[in-house]
Amino acid sequence: MFNPFENGNSPVTQAIVAPEATRESAVRGTGKVRRRRRRTIAPYLLSAPAILLYLAFTVIPVFYALGSSFFAQRLTGGGVLGIKKTVFVAFDNYLSVFQDTALVGGLGRLVIYGIIAVPLTLGLALLFALLLDAPGSRLRGFSRTTIFIPYAVPGVVAALMWGFMYLPSTSPFSYVTRQLGLGSIPFLEPHGLFGAFANISIWGGIGFNMLIIFTSLQSIPSELVEAARVDGASEVQIALRVKVPLVAPALVLTSIFGILGALQLYGEPTMLKPMTNSISDTWAPLMTIYRDAFTLDNLPAAAAASMILAIGTAIVSLAALASVRGLTRRNNA
Amino acid sequence: MSTITTSRSGLRTNRAKIVPTFILVIGAVYCLIPVAWVFMAATKAPGELFSSFTFSPGSGLVANLTSLFSYNDGTYGLWAANSLLYAGVGGVASTLVSAAAGYALAKFQFVGGRLFFGALLAGLLIPGITLAVPQYLLLSDVHLAGTRLSVLLPSIISPFGIYLCRVQANGAIAQEALEAARIDGANEWRIFRSIALPLMVPGMVTVFLLQFVGIWNNFLLPYIMLSDQSTFPLTVGLSQLLNQGSGSPALYSLAIIGAAVAILPLIALVLFLQRFWRLDLVSGGVKG
Repeated sequence: MFNPFENGNSPVTQAIVAPEATRESAVRGTGKVRRRRRRTIAPYLLSAPAILLYLAFTVIPVFYALGSSFFAQRLTGGGVLGIKKTVFVAFDNYLSVFQDTALVGGLGRLVIYGIIAVPLTLGLALLFALLLDAPGSRLRGFSRTTIFIPYAVPGVVAALMWGFMYLPSTSPFSYVTRQLGLGSIPFLEPHGLFGAFANISIWGGIGFNMLIIFTSLQSIPSELVEAARVDGASEVQIALRVKVPLVAPALVLTSIFGILGALQLYGEPTMLKPMTNSISDTWAPLMTIYRDAFTLDNLPAAAAASMILAIGTAIVSLAALASVRGLTRRNNA
Repeated sequence: MSTITTSRSGLRTNRAKIVPTFILVIGAVYCLIPVAWVFMAATKAPGELFSSFTFSPGSGLVANLTSLFSYNDGTYGLWAANSLLYAGVGGVASTLVSAAAGYALAKFQFVGGRLFFGALLAGLLIPGITLAVPQYLLLSDVHLAGTRLSVLLPSIISPFGIYLCRVQANGAIAQEALEAARIDGANEWRIFRSIALPLMVPGMVTVFLLQFVGIWNNFLLPYIMLSDQSTFPLTVGLSQLLNQGSGSPALYSLAIIGAAVAILPLIALVLFLQRFWRLDLVSGGVKG
């Protein structure tokens, strides 16, 4: 059988391989490095476990969800004697997702939460990373280690700990405000919840993102920073004009991870639910999806909603990627 | 005149040091508050939890620990063992699978390789719930849902882990070394095991730590998959404890001491292993 990719010298493969090979040889300074296509089954055997697991636990589930989102259980025959039959309903489930007030309301709450949580997490992570990298700061080792500690605390355990610090009867903050005659702080009231959840996710996310950005800051050639200093730039100017644009790739990565994390808000509201009546079982979209799938046994609705969430996630992540790239380009120009 | 100038610039240098240090310390205190609170609250007897000032220590630490480990015939110990099993076995398996695939993707051009890598990157963007619900139904079909395997198996595949191993293999393994070994007649398996793997160790340690912490902290997957208390990891167990404890100080105390005991080993592990991290793999990985 003819396979255009079998011959390593085909123009197609060369076109694909060439840029990478040139880059490698340029870096290593050896002219003769080139990747040869060998007839070996080694790469297939090496990646076989990963490919099989990926098929079983990602590709097949995604298509399963996609497939089931186009069907629904409908009564046929009419009356109480009708039989439940699975019928093809095209995009009906998707339309009803947008008409489901619980889900749409949850998406709205998620957006408010995300707008508070993601920029603050990244902004604070960047601030702390820049301060760790600044020449004047003291207590760097201590701060770095301490700010990183929440990374080791599971999200739901963090929610449990903060939950008790929000609960009026055990909260140290509300204790202080009560002593001042101001009453308890309404952390667990409907409007306080956005800040309460955002705070849990900011607390858990700063450390890891800070370390990623800090690692990236440390790879900046010191000549660049020295040159700016010689030119009379202040440390703040150096941080904003030299360092931040150079760590843009790390910022892209952390912002995408931040958005992905924010969209998957689930464990925290589930954990805090027993503590307050303000959290319904549809507070976050994932809670609604869970309820549809397992409590109401309406799998197609859950599948359609989770597909919409997946597509939304991809769009928001790519938009973040594009906007951060746009920003850095403007800064560099 | 000159003395004034010196003291002024001295003042400025001092301020340049104090302000950043001050902000960093505020950040550190913010991160420590809940941890300090939970350890303080863990020492309180159930009656003291609601009556004494929240940051003052109590007298019930030993009693709390005893009731935690005797709760429901030692279920808490089982949860901890389950967490260790899922995170430990899942982390090791995930690291090995990622290393093999990352090496193959970095060092071989093979049919389907690019497609697989593209699919992996797309997989990074799929939210957990989109996968977890159909995963549960598919595993139910093969009668695995509810077993420990239903949490372990999906945890092994990590697109991000494979991606990091590919970055590491690209950077650490010279093509010449592989070619030389091939000319010497070594087979591909031997080359992978004795040349590639040792060079990839720093990246693999990073992947292991990320996966270990990720699986240990995971809530959604075990929450959806498991229904039998004895298979729960700590995260799901604690959530159930709190759920049952609505309003009951005794169970609140259990949840608090349970949280304190649960985070202690992981904080120790992460702090100890911090120095072996190669986070530059992550931060330099995505080139704009």
